[in-house]
Amino acid sequence: MTTGYFFPHRHILGIDHLSSTDIQHILSTARSFKEISSRPIKKVPTLRGNTIINLFFEPSTRTRLSFEVAAKRMSADTFNISASTSSATKGETLIDTARNITAMNPDTIIIRHAFSGAPHMLTRYVDAAIINAGDGTHEHPSQGLLDMMTVQDHKGRLDGLKVAIIGDIAHSRVAHSDIQGFSKMGSDVFVFAPATLLPPALEQLGARVCTSLEEAVDGADVVMTLRIQKERQDDPLLPSFREYSRQFGITREIIKRASPDAIIMHPGPINRGVELTPEMADCSQSVILDQVTNGVAVRMALLYLVMGNAPVGE
Amino acid sequence: MATSYLIKNGRIIDPYTSRDESGDILVRDGLLALPEEAGTCVEIDAAGCWVVPGLIDMHVHLREPGEEYKEDIASGTRAAAAGGFTAVACMPNTSPVNDTAAVTAMILARAREASARVYPVAAISKGSAGESLAEFGDLREAGAVAVSDDGLPVRNSQLMRRALEYAADFGLMVISHSEEPSLSGGAMNEGETSTRLGLKGIPAIAESIMVYREIALAEYTGKPVHIAHVSTAMSTELIRSAKERGVPVTAETTPHYFTLTEAAVEGYDTNAKMNPPLRTEMDRQAIMAGLADGTFDAIATDHAPHSILEKEVEFDLAANGIIGLETSLPLSLELVRKGLINEQRLVELLSVNPARILGVTGGSLAVGRPADITIIDPDVEYTFLRDQIVSKSKNSPFIGRKLQGRAVLTMVGGRITHSLPDSILP
Repeated sequence: MTTGYFFPHRHILGIDHLSSTDIQHILSTARSFKEISSRPIKKVPTLRGNTIINLFFEPSTRTRLSFEVAAKRMSADTFNISASTSSATKGETLIDTARNITAMNPDTIIIRHAFSGAPHMLTRYVDAAIINAGDGTHEHPSQGLLDMMTVQDHKGRLDGLKVAIIGDIAHSRVAHSDIQGFSKMGSDVFVFAPATLLPPALEQLGARVCTSLEEAVDGADVVMTLRIQKERQDDPLLPSFREYSRQFGITREIIKRASPDAIIMHPGPINRGVELTPEMADCSQSVILDQVTNGVAVRMALLYLVMGNAPVGE
Repeated sequence: MATSYLIKNGRIIDPYTSRDESGDILVRDGLLALPEEAGTCVEIDAAGCWVVPGLIDMHVHLREPGEEYKEDIASGTRAAAAGGFTAVACMPNTSPVNDTAAVTAMILARAREASARVYPVAAISKGSAGESLAEFGDLREAGAVAVSDDGLPVRNSQLMRRALEYAADFGLMVISHSEEPSLSGGAMNEGETSTRLGLKGIPAIAESIMVYREIALAEYTGKPVHIAHVSTAMSTELIRSAKERGVPVTAETTPHYFTLTEAAVEGYDTNAKMNPPLRTEMDRQAIMAGLADGTFDAIATDHAPHSILEKEVEFDLAANGIIGLETSLPLSLELVRKGLINEQRLVELLSVNPARILGVTGGSLAVGRPADITIIDPDVEYTFLRDQIVSKSKNSPFIGRKLQGRAVLTMVGGRITHSLPDSILP
């Protein structure tokens, strides 16, 4: 634990606004909470009396469940609002919805929204702490943090690692959080995808853009693949999944080029047989389920830091 | 009998008659007259101020008919007067679209009581649907001064060609909203900031590809075209080189493109969302260079009022556009203070050239013309505050900005449409 350090953020909107010290602090806080989930009685009173609202405007299974498990293990009271049950479908604006929720005095609102910047907008209209659980194609900071925690668990460090990110970078909020997070922590981030799936100016976010799968994967310590979508609205991104998996998919063959103890990650949900050959998702190098376990610990840490906002004492 | 005014001791800047000198101006019976002929009249002390031909904003949205909750002809022209404008050209993307003589006539009827002259711009295509030409002859007779499908590009190149060919003989300028729609389905400029904010980008080429098409059509047909709200360095260069080889093209840019960049979008501020989007610092520099070297003929605002219903929403859902009538003059004066343009050029951009391009009255202080006059205090410093906005809508990224210089008195045909409470009126 960093001495004399005080977590300076009221909201968690993205990795973009976190420093490497902040990230290190979140990860070590998460590590201290991880053990709680393996106790026979998986509950501590830390956030007793705090109210947390999960405001999900997009379907989500894992992220919402993970936040809810995290909150309950800290004894907070949680309430779930999903798009299908909320007033969103009745034409109520996001701000009206948020103001109504605020009138019930929640301490934290966790928001998932289809549009980038929706969590930022909430911070201007409500008093509660806001945690971004994924906004449009902007960021998914808790996923980025749990990815970093998982790599740190397996490699003992983040500094100096080669992290290869393969897939739909342009439309992946996870990629945006991971690229910024890993590069802030000193990893060398290499990205590769068909150019139709690469947004402009990735270098300024800290990534190195490769021109072949081999260049990205050669000697990599971490190979992360992202979910692929064939097209979006009127935008023809790829000819077919078949060609993607043949040209860009992660196979046992290509993984041989990575470091012998490389780990394979995927933020889910996987298109089996597209981003990864079916056996690669389940191979011994895959840490995909460790990511899910760490997700609970990271989210416990985030809830604790935005509501407790004090150094962890054990 | 209309009041006569003697505007004394101002710096008279009238590029049309190559005048820039200290002197007096007489307004009698709504017309400009020789000061020596002054009889009984109200004296206005314009010492320390500039007296210029009334400013003309050739690109505004007044929202009437159809969206009067955002703005109407009365409120929009009051905002114009407050900003120093004596005339505005209003775009046809109302509801219904101004594509028939009846709508044009209705706008002009409403404008009779307004605080500025209103020049309707009619639609190029029926309903601005991009399929068939509107009745330009009827529209001209009803009082339209130009045609445009502004808000939308004319996708069909043959339709645009026919519009240029058909409009010219009616004396209607064709104003192009230059945007290649298949490239432009985003929320902000495409680049580093859009990647970081996770917003879908609109590349600069979405504009310049269409600007080039318009130039090619104008060059081929020999008919004039005016390019609206230019935002990019590439478009500026295309217009510059077209003008050099004699293509009949004119162009406008807006105060926001020479003042702001895409950095204003940080924090997802919907008052920084417009179409075309705010671009990069490189583009901003190129726009300023184009204003200095004559590539741009006019500064227009693209005044686009929207209520909080359209703006206090998620960035992707927010409407495009900002109000501009009340900040255009002070932001343009920044260019003069920086030494990029001189005072005469400022008046050309804001008055002389818009009048010439639209073929309307104004743009000069020559004796005998209607007394459309703007008196500017170039030095007064103030902060642009939300509460002081005259427009019905408050969607401005300049709220809170320190400004210098403003219109202290605006006069249309000898009638005072705006004067600051503590200003130069006796």
